[in-house]
Amino acid sequence: MRELNYVQAIHEAHRQAMAADRRVFLIGQGLWSPWYAGGSLENLDREFGRNRVLDSPVSENAVTGMAVGAALAGMRPIVFHPRLDFLLLAMDPVINQAANWSYLFAGQSSVPLVIRAVINRGGEQGAQHSQALHAMFMHVPGLKTVMPATPADAKGLLLAAIEDPNPVLYIDDRWLYSETGPVPEEIYRIPIGEAAVRRVGRDVTIVGISWMAAQALEAADVLATQGIDAEVIDLRSLKPWDQVRVLDSARKTGRVIVADPGWRTAGAAAEIAATVAAEAFHDLHAPVERVTLPDAPAPSSRVEEQAYYPRPSAIVEAAWRALGRRVGAAA
Amino acid sequence: MLRIRRAEEAIAEMCQRGEVRCPCHLSIGQEAVAAGVSAALIPGDTVWGGHRSHGHYLAQGGSLEGLFAEVLGRTTGCSGGRGGSMHLMAPEQGIPGTVPIVAGTIPLAAGAALAYKLRGETCVAVAFFGDGALEEGSVHETLNLAALYKLPMIFVCENNLYSSHLHWSERRVADNLDQAGAFHSVPGARVDGNAIEEVYEATRQAVARARLGAGPSFIECRTFRWRGHVGASSDEDVGVHRRGELAEWLEYDPIRRAAEKLAMDLAADGAEIDREIERALAAARRGSLPEAGRIGEHVCAS
Repeated sequence: MRELNYVQAIHEAHRQAMAADRRVFLIGQGLWSPWYAGGSLENLDREFGRNRVLDSPVSENAVTGMAVGAALAGMRPIVFHPRLDFLLLAMDPVINQAANWSYLFAGQSSVPLVIRAVINRGGEQGAQHSQALHAMFMHVPGLKTVMPATPADAKGLLLAAIEDPNPVLYIDDRWLYSETGPVPEEIYRIPIGEAAVRRVGRDVTIVGISWMAAQALEAADVLATQGIDAEVIDLRSLKPWDQVRVLDSARKTGRVIVADPGWRTAGAAAEIAATVAAEAFHDLHAPVERVTLPDAPAPSSRVEEQAYYPRPSAIVEAAWRALGRRVGAAA
Repeated sequence: MLRIRRAEEAIAEMCQRGEVRCPCHLSIGQEAVAAGVSAALIPGDTVWGGHRSHGHYLAQGGSLEGLFAEVLGRTTGCSGGRGGSMHLMAPEQGIPGTVPIVAGTIPLAAGAALAYKLRGETCVAVAFFGDGALEEGSVHETLNLAALYKLPMIFVCENNLYSSHLHWSERRVADNLDQAGAFHSVPGARVDGNAIEEVYEATRQAVARARLGAGPSFIECRTFRWRGHVGASSDEDVGVHRRGELAEWLEYDPIRRAAEKLAMDLAADGAEIDREIERALAAARRGSLPEAGRIGEHVCAS
């Protein structure tokens, strides 16, 4: 199969959705810029016209609210936030309006909206341009949240999000943009709420989210050289998340590590750990391990950044702990 | 206007008796704004209302039974009993759903207007909001976006002089809400919100401008609510005396004023509307209450 990188896959999903459905349009910051969206929206304005690809003023709240209103009026908007941090200015339309809508009106109408927001970390950008805030949104009923980690999922989940009758927060991570992989040429959807088993193993389960799913595969390669057979699950969807696949794997291996690109306290990993502990308690051989960011804002300096973001070695060490091995004693 | 008045008086009584428990923000005294705006709209246009929207819903033709059943929390309510007074819907009548977050209606209406424009339709979206909404940032963001994209949209500010208990002078230094759009090149008008023909005429002009593709307009309608911020009372009982204007505004009743101009017999019309309200109330009270076991339904649409 043809290979694309992650950013090309996002771009293709946009092109195909806009070509197939007149209701789909794009609004947000940086859509006419050659670099704002990391190439993921390049030249869409030329292909589909600037009426359908609206590079908006810096008015996150109103622009996101307009996307909600347009969705209610029969369109299929994609509202783009080049940094997840900027989406914080639009919490009212996302949560009060879009997420509550179906429930408020007893299912008589809903908000078919894609909110795309980008995690764009590192590069000494500091705390207000680096945040991975997915757990905050995962908390909210009525809002779906997806975080693809591969090019195939980046395309398939975006197309599924566009077709979903509910508001879907689609979070992509710039650190994944150069990942390559096979991507079907046609339109296809990856079901929201379905995780993918990336590597089958019997000793320990690693549940990875977004960038950390990629790190989990690297960690599994290292663990394999140490005689540890890790199963890697790429969660892909945070809300709803695939409890069946995660719990099945937890029951099989009895050891679970959750690798989450967000903060520790009340994070996505905490929710998954709590569910695994509650539902698979008697099958567990060790406490569930969490690999997360520390509870600190993102630092700027390169030295601190390197200490801040967990690497595959942190997952490897968590696996050792789960297996009762002394850290540093393996291999 | 009379239907709105009598229906809200019925709701006020039910609030006082405890039969209606959800918070109801009544528009009694402000009816000419809703009625005047809706009179200038046609099917296909949409009206985006907020917390004080019984009047907008009824002026657009929303059903009385649907309103009563909704405030009574019945599954037969216009929002299935899930919304209450602050979340009304009547899509067929151009009410996609009312939302009580102050200024929340404004970007939603702009989004609908953008949808009409993208599809090449000539529909118009109206955002209703109170004077307090002008203190929210999203209004100013949306004024700019609506002007920039030349959206077929009308900003209708119902200026009843108070945001909850705070007089405008406790919130602003100038009484100039009609100029809110000027900085963004959105033309503004100030009308007597108790004079239905003034509201209608200003809306008619704004609608014409919007349908021609000339962009949004801002209309400030000066009015006064006879009741308190929320509930049946005038808030005097809880120590909110406003500034002694209530007695004056009670004398300047938008309904009596219109009836006098038109030489209408309010008593005869009122009796007919009261019978209609009685029938709708009886039907609403027969509606079933929700089942607690279905609390998880409709979190997501399928």
